[in-house]
Amino acid sequence: MTAIDRPILEVQGLRKSFGAVEVLKGIDFRLRERELAFIIGPSGSGKSTFLRCCNRLEEPSSGAIRVDGTDILAHGVDINAVRRRIGMVFQSFNLYPHMTALGNVTLALRLASRKSKAEATDIGQAALARVGLAEKAHAYPGELSGGQQQRVAIARALALEPKIVLFDEPTSALDPELVGSVLQVMRDLREAGMTMLVVSHELQFARAAADRVVFMEDGVIVEQGPPAQIFGDPQQARTRAFVARIDGHR
Amino acid sequence: MDRFLFTFFNGEVMWEYLPKILSGMWVTTYLAAFVIVTGLALGLLLALLRSILSQTMPAPLSWLAEAVRLLIIFFVDLMRSVPPLVLIVLFFYGLPALGLDIAGLGATWLALSLVLAAFAEEIYWAGLVAVAKGQWEAARSTGLGFLQTLLYVILPQAIRLTIPPLTNRTIAITKGTALGQVVAVQEILYQAYSGLSFSSNPSPLTLGALAYLALFLPVVVVGRWIETRFAWRR
Repeated sequence: MTAIDRPILEVQGLRKSFGAVEVLKGIDFRLRERELAFIIGPSGSGKSTFLRCCNRLEEPSSGAIRVDGTDILAHGVDINAVRRRIGMVFQSFNLYPHMTALGNVTLALRLASRKSKAEATDIGQAALARVGLAEKAHAYPGELSGGQQQRVAIARALALEPKIVLFDEPTSALDPELVGSVLQVMRDLREAGMTMLVVSHELQFARAAADRVVFMEDGVIVEQGPPAQIFGDPQQARTRAFVARIDGHR
Repeated sequence: MDRFLFTFFNGEVMWEYLPKILSGMWVTTYLAAFVIVTGLALGLLLALLRSILSQTMPAPLSWLAEAVRLLIIFFVDLMRSVPPLVLIVLFFYGLPALGLDIAGLGATWLALSLVLAAFAEEIYWAGLVAVAKGQWEAARSTGLGFLQTLLYVILPQAIRLTIPPLTNRTIAITKGTALGQVVAVQEILYQAYSGLSFSSNPSPLTLGALAYLALFLPVVVVGRWIETRFAWRR
């Protein structure tokens, strides 16, 4: 296996039920290092639940998940250590409102990675610079635009030097004119070789930037392939129907 | 009018009982301060404990956690339902019978602290629960543990949310120090009331009311200031 093929995320037979409702009905999925995959699908298809199982914000009902070789569902696994290697970016940013941008970015460095204050500050500043917000280090979330808040949230994930970043609809809560700045940061990350799994409705972006597009419906992966296949020549009738519906809305 | 002034604002009587009222103010001040400190601290501790016990955990441990959690809720509901005066009298007469020699001051402090702790626990708890779920998820997704998330991310936000109701409740309960009068705590009302008995003139009560005003009005003002100081833009 060559370095480029090394899987960062391996999911096998993943199932998740909420009470009697089975939301994920057996997901098999592999994400290689430096790969950017997009998950698309109608709402309620289980996209977000799948993503949230990958760092155990949702506890899978059954199946296996390995991140960078570690079985994250193993008994006695240090889930906090695992999560430091899996960045996550949320639809509603979820910045800590009582801390500055820098405070948001450095909290986990201080508490979870046990860095000194000076070291955490250096790393935090570098992470903010990476998303173009070095000068906003001392601003509170309430003083930032939505796009800036989401970029701080990305910096918070990056500061821990994760192996993979999960994006859960990162632009859905943004005003249209602010979406571009966040997508630009994601484009930069891709250039830098970050492994990313993105749930999003930004199909234009998926077309342009994704290595692979995964179409989910009713808790299963219906079809996956390069953007050209999924958007231009879908093999499955359900994918065709979904893509046609989306295109019809344009 | 003269009669009214003579009855309620009798300068001579007021002057005579001023030292007593002042010493009462001192007693009220430190009693109230102790009640605030122990009440708010115990309330916070109970709310945090309840939060910790509400986590999902493996079976034998979860039963114990559930039992302690129900115990906290029972204590809180009990303390919120019983009038503080009943507790004061109960502790004053009851605890010595159990071999715990407790003076009026101790009984009043204990009763008011427990009542404040109970109300404060409910307020803190409501605050902890009111903090958006996304805050938990964001913190946990960066590898912070449950306790780290609770203390560094959730609690500071909860405290801010709870300052207005907490200030109100704290003022209401610390004013209950006046109930200590019943078990001979020599606070403001006790002094004012004995002044009334000795002088057969209610002016000491007027003076007592002014003393309460002098003590608690600043607290109310400070509470208002804290509310604005700790508000932040969302």
